[in-house]
Amino acid sequence: MTELRQRAVREPDAPPEDKESESEAKVDGETASDSESRAEAAPLSTSADDTPEVLNRALSNLSSRWKNWWVRGILTLAMIAFFFIIIYLGPMVLMIIVMCVQIKCFHEIITIGYNVYHSYDLPWFRTLSWYFLLCVNYFFYGETVTDYFFTLVQREEPLRILSKYHRFISFTLYLIGFCMFVLSLVKKHYRLQFYMFGWTHVTLLIVVTQSHLVIHNLFEGMIWFIVPISCVICNDIMAYMFGFFFGRTPLIKLSPKKTWEGFIGGFFATVVFGLLLSYVMSGYRCFVCPVEYNNDTNSFTVDCEPSDLFRLQEYSIPEVIQSVIGLTTVWMYPFQIHSIALSTFASLIGPFGGFFASGFKRAFKIKDFANTIPGHGGIMDRFDCQYLMATFVNVYIASFIRGPNPSKLIQQFLTLRPDQQLHIFNTLRSHLADKGMLTAATEDE
Amino acid sequence: MLELRHRGGCPGPGGAVAPPPREGEAAGGDHETESTSDKETDIDDRYGDLDSRTDSDIPEIPPSSDRTPEILKKALSGLSSRWKNWWIRGILTLTMISLFFLIIYMGSFMLMLLVLGIQVKCFHEIITIGYRVYRSYDLPWFRTLSWYFLLCVNYFFYGETVADYFATFVQREEQLQFLIRYHRFISFALYLAGFCMFVLSLVKKHYRLQFYMFAWTHVTLLITVTQSHLVIQNLFEGMIWFLVPISSVICNDITAYLFGFFFGRTPLIKLSPKKTWEGFIGGFFSTVVFGFIAAYMLSKYQYFVCPVEYRSDVNSFVTECEPSELFQLQSYSVPPFLKAVLRQETVSLYPFQIHSIALSTFASLIGPFGGFFASGFKRAFKIKDFANTIPGHGGIMDRFDCQYLMATFVHVYITSFIRGPNPSKVLQQLLVLQPEQQLNIYKTLKTHLIEKGLLQPTLKV
Repeated sequence: MTELRQRAVREPDAPPEDKESESEAKVDGETASDSESRAEAAPLSTSADDTPEVLNRALSNLSSRWKNWWVRGILTLAMIAFFFIIIYLGPMVLMIIVMCVQIKCFHEIITIGYNVYHSYDLPWFRTLSWYFLLCVNYFFYGETVTDYFFTLVQREEPLRILSKYHRFISFTLYLIGFCMFVLSLVKKHYRLQFYMFGWTHVTLLIVVTQSHLVIHNLFEGMIWFIVPISCVICNDIMAYMFGFFFGRTPLIKLSPKKTWEGFIGGFFATVVFGLLLSYVMSGYRCFVCPVEYNNDTNSFTVDCEPSDLFRLQEYSIPEVIQSVIGLTTVWMYPFQIHSIALSTFASLIGPFGGFFASGFKRAFKIKDFANTIPGHGGIMDRFDCQYLMATFVNVYIASFIRGPNPSKLIQQFLTLRPDQQLHIFNTLRSHLADKGMLTAATEDE
Repeated sequence: MLELRHRGGCPGPGGAVAPPPREGEAAGGDHETESTSDKETDIDDRYGDLDSRTDSDIPEIPPSSDRTPEILKKALSGLSSRWKNWWIRGILTLTMISLFFLIIYMGSFMLMLLVLGIQVKCFHEIITIGYRVYRSYDLPWFRTLSWYFLLCVNYFFYGETVADYFATFVQREEQLQFLIRYHRFISFALYLAGFCMFVLSLVKKHYRLQFYMFAWTHVTLLITVTQSHLVIQNLFEGMIWFLVPISSVICNDITAYLFGFFFGRTPLIKLSPKKTWEGFIGGFFSTVVFGFIAAYMLSKYQYFVCPVEYRSDVNSFVTECEPSELFQLQSYSVPPFLKAVLRQETVSLYPFQIHSIALSTFASLIGPFGGFFASGFKRAFKIKDFANTIPGHGGIMDRFDCQYLMATFVHVYITSFIRGPNPSKVLQQLLVLQPEQQLNIYKTLKTHLIEKGLLQPTLKV
């Protein structure tokens, strides 16, 4: 690792010691290879302090510990405010933001790979990484667009062809990248190139697929996007607060600052938060309805009859709690029950995503993924717990909430052979007739 | 990474290199002080310490002892060793081809098992290479976790396959119904358990190694498991979609080798110095012809051409159907310049033969890139063969490296150009919808079918 240490030595001094993770690094990040030169064990530090001048001046009077706390706090509020603004702006802007976050995360992780392997000079490799990102995004966005913008796609001839042969086109694009990779293999750099190839693919797997699951969740209804993300953020903040005030027993060797008190306190706080938030949000159509593309107005609309999940129902309280609350029944949205499951996952399993990222940073001796957000590190640092959450929500929806997408089914039906279509139609008709849903009126339409 | 170098000194497969790592390390250390500005330094030296050795340190992982059966050795003891090697390869090739025919004869279920077996073996080979590269035999949990992830991903894919193709069988059994309905959730939960175990197993000194092996496992899963399931999906489409592509790749391998042997002169790519342009082009033309003929011969038999279905009454796989248009002889008019040669106005071909030209072209032109990828991989990690399972040929991966791209291509080809979605799957999903949605769809479908003239408008219930 000598050249890594050398680069660390040549970098400006690491930010002041009160940054919590640095002490972690000193305690925990030293592997045996560091033991031989503990003096230079500064981790690969990120570039100079990015805090805007405004903040620096405003906080110049406070001691540096509180200054750090304030910087983090202000940036946290700024990010949350930004989040609200984007929600207000609507689904299209949200999609674009998700895509930007995805690209930035990809860029951060790939840059780490370059740093680790010193592969700036590898021929082609930057181009190829971005090319693969483009291919995989094209594939996923194509599938999404085909599903949700079905009518729009059918109208435009070039779009229709692109969508019919979508898989083939995506595969061809990917193959071109693959062949370029093989042709770019240079004798002395084989291993490096394979490493970067593997690194790129794993990063794509993590970053791009999850971001598309986020967008699928979004289309299901903005509440399925907002509640999970807020629960993870709330859990982060609550666990930090509980740990700050009551923390005593360390949770895991990997992150010495996490404590059991923070973990459990965060869990309960997040469940309560999730219940309250879902109650507030379930009342509004713009959050609850699936996002649809309206052909006439050529824009996204969120207008529908809210499904059963979002209609108040009466639940009888178990006797245990009846004495406490003094009510026999309570009015809740069924979605709130689901939100308990989501919050539980966010509090119990979400942190594992954070531990994974901590382990990754420790393994590659970096303090933060990047230095995009002052006081917080890179975008990946903020989103590491979200990824597992996005997949979970998607799987949850697919398994417990909705069935298959009706417009997609119609689409698939139309591509079948006529005899298959007739067969399915007849089966469906007998099924509906059994259920008594077919009346003479519908038959005569 | 000091401890890795220490471990390199322990006796093991690369045990003989205990002294050199120290020298290499010292030399590497000297190199590195000036390497950042010294562009001439071999870049391999610089990243050497990231995986605990420079290129000079890595021993050629010696092939394990010769596994040629004794009987062959005795039979060939008379010949010189070059011809002996040639004979061993030849005999093993014929053996593998006969085994292939035998399993085809035994039916689709055996083929599925064979594909599964090959997948597991390929996974094992690649993971073993990873262990050797990273000397990670002693990592806690890691072997268990790798196999666990393999199990999870296979469970996920097989579950989806079973749900699609065995719909009638599944409807009968109550427990299977439950498993199918919540299949994704169960698979995800299983995967998460593995993920959490991985995080909990991170050990202070071995972080980087563990992350490497985690990534290695996932990339391997991505390559081997997904492709093998695409192979099985192709198989269910009709055994011909499984046989013709695989035979085309094998034929291309063999004929490119033969053409290169007899006529080879111009090297094709630096990565594999033994490949030549003559072999490449000769292999291309012979594979197209071979594919054409094989498609012609196989298209006649229902056994190969029909989609594989599971019949609940017989409780087995059957391949019986009315062959689709692809597999019915049609008359094509011969283009004028061929008329003189063939002296016929029209020729009767199966439309599938036209498709087989596309498949053979892919097998000959792009398939070799899979082989180059594997060669580059072997060169990068300084191994001669993936393993030593097949005498004279190396490991299973060595035989199947070109097949993987092929399987994906065939699958994409089928879904794009041949068949639409699976009708029983569409029906299944329809029946799961809410009644109002079903009614809406029913009305839409009815309108569509009436427009197409498939339905009489006044049809009563």
